[in-house]
Amino acid sequence: MFQIKIIGSGVAGLCVAKELIEKKTNITVIDKCNVPGPESCSWWAGGMLAPWCEGESTEKIIVDLGQESIPWWSKNVKNVVQNGSLIVALSRDERELKRFQRRTENYDILENEGVCELEPDLGKKFNKGLFFKNEAHLSPRDSLSELKNDLIKNGVEFVNEEFQFDENTYDKKEIIIDCRGLASKDEQKSLRGVKGEMLIIECPEINFTRPIRLLHPRIPLYIVPRGKGIYMLGATMIESNDNKNISARSLMELLNAAYAINPIFGEAKIKEIGVDARPSYPDNIPSIRRKDNVISVNGLFRHGFLLAPALARMVSELIFENKVPEIISEYSS
Amino acid sequence: MKKFYGIEIESPLMLGTAQYPSPSILISCFNKSKASVATVSLRRESSTSQSGNNFWSIIKKLNVRILPNTAGCHTVKEAITTAHMAREIFSTKWIKLEVIGEEDTLQPDVFGLVEASKILSDEGFEVFPYTTEDLVVAEKLLNAGCKVLMPWGSPIGSGQGLNNIFGLKALRSHFPEIPMVIDAGIGVPSHATKAMELGFDAVLLNTAVAKARDPIMMAEAFSYAILSGSLGKKADPMEPREMAVPSTPIFGKAFLDYDQ
Repeated sequence: MFQIKIIGSGVAGLCVAKELIEKKTNITVIDKCNVPGPESCSWWAGGMLAPWCEGESTEKIIVDLGQESIPWWSKNVKNVVQNGSLIVALSRDERELKRFQRRTENYDILENEGVCELEPDLGKKFNKGLFFKNEAHLSPRDSLSELKNDLIKNGVEFVNEEFQFDENTYDKKEIIIDCRGLASKDEQKSLRGVKGEMLIIECPEINFTRPIRLLHPRIPLYIVPRGKGIYMLGATMIESNDNKNISARSLMELLNAAYAINPIFGEAKIKEIGVDARPSYPDNIPSIRRKDNVISVNGLFRHGFLLAPALARMVSELIFENKVPEIISEYSS
Repeated sequence: MKKFYGIEIESPLMLGTAQYPSPSILISCFNKSKASVATVSLRRESSTSQSGNNFWSIIKKLNVRILPNTAGCHTVKEAITTAHMAREIFSTKWIKLEVIGEEDTLQPDVFGLVEASKILSDEGFEVFPYTTEDLVVAEKLLNAGCKVLMPWGSPIGSGQGLNNIFGLKALRSHFPEIPMVIDAGIGVPSHATKAMELGFDAVLLNTAVAKARDPIMMAEAFSYAILSGSLGKKADPMEPREMAVPSTPIFGKAFLDYDQ
């Protein structure tokens, strides 16, 4: 039986564990933090499974691999909602909508009534919208917990300690899978952090049933419903490793954009402010690498929940079929 | 080519470093565009802890001259603080000075701009002021110590091209010796060609490349556009005329021999 140690239990680590446990392996997951928790950047994710929307600003391989995420998560956790995503822009910014439309596929074009019908709480101010009906969303924290509990039930051991690699005691029969994200920065010099800031607010007067993206030339925003009047507003993208403080400007802009979508958001309670840095290679494409018995999975950038299922599959194929992963950042070595 | 504070740049294209899909695409865009200067905006939050370091080291590796930018500063004080930080991080006296006066058009606050230019020039900075095509303001900036001017084509990120050709021509001919860069508003390569044809010394752009579907291809397009405009200007073009002039005079016409 394969002995596997997974280091790091963010979304990458847990998805890899889930994929490998079905192959009758013996898995230990090691994390210095008690997870799921705010130390891992998966905790602050939007949880949108929106591969086609991502096509607006990313490479085709992300769109293709991201499509695996919807069936994977639907099979493995209970809280996936497949209700599509809706893209809107204020009338002054309708050109942004045109650009988005040109660069993506698999959507329906909605006129004013169509937008209102899908999400009545958007009011009548959006003359046009794009509806990506096959997309889905989930609650990241619930999903991480569900996965972890399921893994424990299946015999995976979780160890709460910092992993120290010791060449002398390293058992060559064991496979180590490094899923630590930015924590492996010392070994992987090309990794950098891309700071993201997000808010969790409570606004029971508004009832959105799917993620809504507001296009704006300066401050694009998305709102993801978490149920029971809770919404996640996100997220900024700043070239910085800082994972501690939100700037006043970011906070202001996120709230302003939400207010533009519906002024009732002005009455919302701010429940949480989240800041973290996304582990990214210079091409913002993730990578799986193997050196002897150590496999590294990293650089998921803003696509953790979207790509972790495909990456987990590739890790499994690499171990059991010796198959080269389809996605390797040029910069990961 | 005119020198910018004593420095001769290899190609008259200055390219911004924001909004690219990824740093690796940014690097390819610099290679394809043959830009010789990179502008970099600093956010004050990321400078204090040196946390933006990874991105900056990518920029430093581009191997082009760096022009730090006080983008998004609304007051003289902010702009000056940012300029100080930039000098520390990138070890350069060059600073592209932006003092924004109006949130919607991101129009420069020319009063604040002149004030900040004076302070920074006195401190030894080499200031590239982002200004309008206004002649009076230009004069005051030069008096404040600026030796380069950066008039806008149109508002930042608008992609509208050169909005006031008359004003830009007037500015150019008023200060024929001053190196001038058309900064902001460039949307498509022909806008850059036009700027070079008008006799400007360089063009600075960012969004037009970064937000294209294929930024690398657009970067290449701009390299040709800039080259085309500067060669076109250098070749001393003909004067437009009110009347047609046949391009083949009678004497040059080939004989048509009907007998054969």
